[in-house]
Amino acid sequence: MPTKFQRWKERITATDIVMWFIGFALLVFIILGSILTLRAGRYTPVQWFDFVIYGLAQGSIYALVAMGYTLVYGVLRMINFAHSEVFMSGPFTAYYVAAYFYRSSLLESHPVICLIIVFIVSMTISTLIAFLLERIAYRPLRNAPRLIPLITAIGASFTLMYLFRGLYGTGFQAYPVWEIFSGKWALFKGLEIGKIQVFVIFAAALVMVALYLFIQRTRIGKAVRSVSEDKEAASLMGVDIDKTISVTFIIGGAAAGAAGVLYALVFKQVFFMMGFIPGIKAFTAAVLGGIGNIPGAMLGGLLLGLLESIGPALFLDGFNIAAPYQLKDAIAFLVLVLVLIFRPTGLLGERLAVKKA
Amino acid sequence: MKRSLFLFVGLFMFLAASIVFAAPPTDPLGVVTIKPGEPIHIAYWFVTAGSDSTLGIDTKRGVEIAIDDIKNNLLGHKIKFDGQDSGCNAEGGQAAATKLASDPTIVAAVGSNCSSEAKPGAPILWNAGIATVSPSNTAPYLTDPKRGPTYDGYLRTAHNDKVQGAVAADFAFKSLKVKKAATIHDGSVYAEQLANVFAETFKKNGGTIVAQEAVAPTDTDMKPVLTKIVTAKPEFIYYPIFVAAAGHITRQVKEVSGFEKVALMSADGAFSVDFYKAAGESAVGMYHSSPDFEAFGKVYEDFIQKHIKKYGEKTLAPFHAHAYDAANLIFKAIEKVAKQEKDGTLYIGRKALRDALYATKNMKGITGSINCNQYGDCADPRIAVYKTSPENVKTLVMPKKSFWKPY
Amino acid sequence: MEQIRAIWRYGIKVGIIGGIVLILTALIGMIEVFTQRQIIADVVSMGHALYLAAGLFICYLAAERTTPAKPLWIISNSMFAGLTTAFFLVLLIILGRHVNLRLMFINASDLLLNNLLTFGVQGNDGLRLLLIAGMGVGLFTGLFYLLPKFLRTVILWSLAGSAFAGVLQELIRPILANNFPDVISEWLLTSDGLTLKGALSIFIFIALIVISWSIKGGGIRQGWQGLPKKQQSTWRTIGTIILLAVILIAPWRLGLFMSEVMTIVGLYVLLGLGLNIVVGYAGLLDLGYVAFFAIGAYVTALITSPEIMNLNWSFWSAIPFAIFFGILAGVLLGVPVLKMRGDYLAIATMGFGEIIRLLVLSDALRPFLGGSQGIGQIAKPQVLGFVFKGPQEIYYLIVAGCMLVIFVSWRLKDSRIGRAWKAMREDEDVAQAMGINLVSNKLLAFGTGAGFAALSGVIFGSKIGSIYPHSFNIMVSINIVCLIIFGGIGSIPGVIVGAAALIGLPELLREFAEYRFLVYGIALVVMMLIRPEGLWPEEAHKRELHEDKTNEATG
Repeated sequence: MPTKFQRWKERITATDIVMWFIGFALLVFIILGSILTLRAGRYTPVQWFDFVIYGLAQGSIYALVAMGYTLVYGVLRMINFAHSEVFMSGPFTAYYVAAYFYRSSLLESHPVICLIIVFIVSMTISTLIAFLLERIAYRPLRNAPRLIPLITAIGASFTLMYLFRGLYGTGFQAYPVWEIFSGKWALFKGLEIGKIQVFVIFAAALVMVALYLFIQRTRIGKAVRSVSEDKEAASLMGVDIDKTISVTFIIGGAAAGAAGVLYALVFKQVFFMMGFIPGIKAFTAAVLGGIGNIPGAMLGGLLLGLLESIGPALFLDGFNIAAPYQLKDAIAFLVLVLVLIFRPTGLLGERLAVKKA
Repeated sequence: MKRSLFLFVGLFMFLAASIVFAAPPTDPLGVVTIKPGEPIHIAYWFVTAGSDSTLGIDTKRGVEIAIDDIKNNLLGHKIKFDGQDSGCNAEGGQAAATKLASDPTIVAAVGSNCSSEAKPGAPILWNAGIATVSPSNTAPYLTDPKRGPTYDGYLRTAHNDKVQGAVAADFAFKSLKVKKAATIHDGSVYAEQLANVFAETFKKNGGTIVAQEAVAPTDTDMKPVLTKIVTAKPEFIYYPIFVAAAGHITRQVKEVSGFEKVALMSADGAFSVDFYKAAGESAVGMYHSSPDFEAFGKVYEDFIQKHIKKYGEKTLAPFHAHAYDAANLIFKAIEKVAKQEKDGTLYIGRKALRDALYATKNMKGITGSINCNQYGDCADPRIAVYKTSPENVKTLVMPKKSFWKPY
Repeated sequence: MEQIRAIWRYGIKVGIIGGIVLILTALIGMIEVFTQRQIIADVVSMGHALYLAAGLFICYLAAERTTPAKPLWIISNSMFAGLTTAFFLVLLIILGRHVNLRLMFINASDLLLNNLLTFGVQGNDGLRLLLIAGMGVGLFTGLFYLLPKFLRTVILWSLAGSAFAGVLQELIRPILANNFPDVISEWLLTSDGLTLKGALSIFIFIALIVISWSIKGGGIRQGWQGLPKKQQSTWRTIGTIILLAVILIAPWRLGLFMSEVMTIVGLYVLLGLGLNIVVGYAGLLDLGYVAFFAIGAYVTALITSPEIMNLNWSFWSAIPFAIFFGILAGVLLGVPVLKMRGDYLAIATMGFGEIIRLLVLSDALRPFLGGSQGIGQIAKPQVLGFVFKGPQEIYYLIVAGCMLVIFVSWRLKDSRIGRAWKAMREDEDVAQAMGINLVSNKLLAFGTGAGFAALSGVIFGSKIGSIYPHSFNIMVSINIVCLIIFGGIGSIPGVIVGAAALIGLPELLREFAEYRFLVYGIALVVMMLIRPEGLWPEEAHKRELHEDKTNEATG
């Protein structure tokens, strides 16, 4: 192995310069766009504040889903494509419970208990699906080359998506409204904040902190971390690899189930393909923050949510580009590429991974 | 190469025909012979899988109910109704149409769902002598006088976007008397076309379009784009998109400040019970343009009841009624042109069938009175505007009386 | 005692899993929808065939797992598996009588629960019949399992063949009508399914083939190996010529739709071979490959269509431009991702794919790229007045394209560059240490792959006549990755087989709508579990997978 300096020196090539050039061009574009937008003064400060809140609410859901990707990536080094279906299965099933509560007007009389039950049902189903997924589809492929489980995951994703479509139908269902979450709280000087956004941000933060502490502080969490660092060594030290990996999937599934209910509370509609787009976004968020890294997933999720909400208005509006919100995903992916150019392993890097990924 | 294909199809026809002893009637494009006991084969090409499948399943059920309503008996023959998934994209439409075109037993087709499918698909079917009636294509191009002879076998019971977009613009400007409007489309051929027609007509009327935005049909968080629109201070927003995204917009408009006095309007793509589910109480007070089905309300209600009984759920998308009418259009035309032997054998001339379809006048359908013009536009051009009341949302029933009519 | 434990372990446990699987199959509506399709007209519908086949399969699994394989044990286990499965279905039916399952499971119709699942017998008699049928299927399977292996193979193949013919009857019909006298078609098919005699003849026909192959097959193979080299190569040439002739006349013999399917498969073979260079040879996971396909199609549209730029050039003049822009894009997009590895690369390339799609869709670029209305009136290829119009003509263009691309990838594979890619795939650091220039080799891989995709895009655009941004979504990229791994990564015949299996079959089964995606998903999972090296793997790769199981997967 050459020393770090030698490697660095021999890697500075014409391509690096081209890369940096591309990176800086993008950066200049973004900064120029922002300056033009701000100078046009189209948006009031209240509106900027709204953008941030919307972005954070969306972003915290991404962050929760991203957690599942990151945990699995940490221990198995694979993109669990089917995680988006884990995210879908919980709230889609729990809808029927929520609809029952609504019909029997329990929802009105005991909203909090109903909410808790809906959360439990959703998290249980998602956990179950995640657990079975690992047992049936991934465990037999533990030592296969990297691409094989990827294809299995894609296959499992299709299977689950169309299984649930067959069970619950093609149409979408809409969650009932929890009255306690409708309306806004007025802050000061005309600033308002939706109750549901506050709830989502706090609930997501709570789940994330709990998860983080679980991974950092508990014995099982320690086992998860050790497996993600070195499977063989962990197994030599008496860690039950199979069990630990199952636990990882269970935690990721529970987080996805919770994220699913939060998503359903904000956006109401649930249907069999509801997981596809958030799944891709959450995976992007995980990569943005540094995959395999739990704080990275949080940061990546929030950043992605903010980018989608603010990005088009801030970067593109100044150039007077038609329909900028059509390009919000393009902006998100451009920023991702930009980040990866300068930090090839994401914003916070792969803390849990020692080996090259 | 077209000639060889015709020859090919002709040969098929000839073979099929020569099985029967009697000399069959002739037709420039061939004759389908249906022996006693054999079914009349009508095929669909709808998007029945993937993210847009609600549209296809909805229309497919419309046809199935139409078949039930004639007790699965057309001139003493059963109807065989099957078909292909067309995927809501050009390549899917092409593949599905090719599959149908290669089956010589198909008398007529219903489809497609998305205009992008029909563009490559309809000529393929017509090349095989199969006329097709679409329940949900709305792109003006498909029934434009300039569309060319390859689309001669194509008709539709869905509205041309040109009609509907203009009605919406007239309503906004003349009835609501708004001067500043914004549009949102979802990147689909349908919505973009409608939004553009609306904008053109609205400007011609003397109004200004203050914002033209677009979202993706899979987007869920519409608040940022709505915040952008609010800065342009529109008095009216027109978003002729589909149920899911329209539901999100309708709900989230209430969460963005500055929209309190803005009127909302969507089109028939989001005019369904499903939309009320999606939008909830936020839908109260919003407008939709849709076929004027006041005179046909009872039939439509019966249809919905049959649907719930048969499939265990309410209708999924807005075009089932058009599909029902498309099926009846075909049945009526077959009844008109089919020559029947004493033993029950049917002969259906392909060109004759196509001509009979195009000659349809004043057929009572559940979307209005069906009249086909020489370019295949059959939908009742009477479009009305409906306003949603609190009862509509609460009981999940569509408004019965129109709010405004352009005529 | 021992036997009771065996019944629990191999009979009832398998039965429980089987019961759940069958309940799911019923609740997703597969059985009910498929009963409308006949396999053998008025005898067996597809729904019932599926229902029975699932039951048989479960009992077979129970029989197969039984150790020690004593005949009595096998039969009892298989019967218990059948009984348990039936018991679960009985539970479902009873539940359905008391609760309205349709509030949640929309396919749990009365017809399904009280008629189809109980073979048309209603009420409690139906439940009893179901339990008896479960045991009966178990008994039958157990007895069947005790047959000699040879007989079992013959029967299974023949049954599968007849069922396959029944499912694909819509395809068989025009092919028969095209090539054979009507008598055959009338013997085999009615208007909704196979005839009973037709099904029997297919069964016997396949059985004869399987039997004769297993008797003579070994001899033929030995005879082949015994032939002198020179004769072998003559035979090979003859074989190739016959194959070529078959490929050339196929579209006219198989009819319009099969030609369409073959052109679609051909397009994916082109795409697959291109991505095979990037993923299979160079080991760079690219999930945004559709971008280059889109670039090829859009360049063709812009150059040949009167709609936007109004150039109206011919199809042929579009090819070099499209390929040039494809390669350029491949290299340009390759530069920023040079340092990324594994999944970072995958996600960044996926981002590129989406960016390209969003750009062509966007209102902002609508005046230049057509936006959501797409671009129409793309020119068809013409040679001396001959227009490649329908699928039967475009087919030849695609075959020519495929041959060119197969030739190029075959030559590249063992060339200096090919070996450099291989080294890079195995370990980038080592490859670099050995003096392989990572930058130029990676860009070369991206560029070549992109060029192939652009070529495919050119043909696609011209075939379809009008292109829309929706045709270039991320699912295309994912499908291509799936097919090259399904076929066998890095292997050229693997790509062809993979495309035929993952693109061709779903295309043939288009009428089954959503169920084909379900089957597609299950097929991907099962395939990776039982045969991870793919259908037609590269020799080296196969060896790797089977010998070196402990090889830690890093990228």
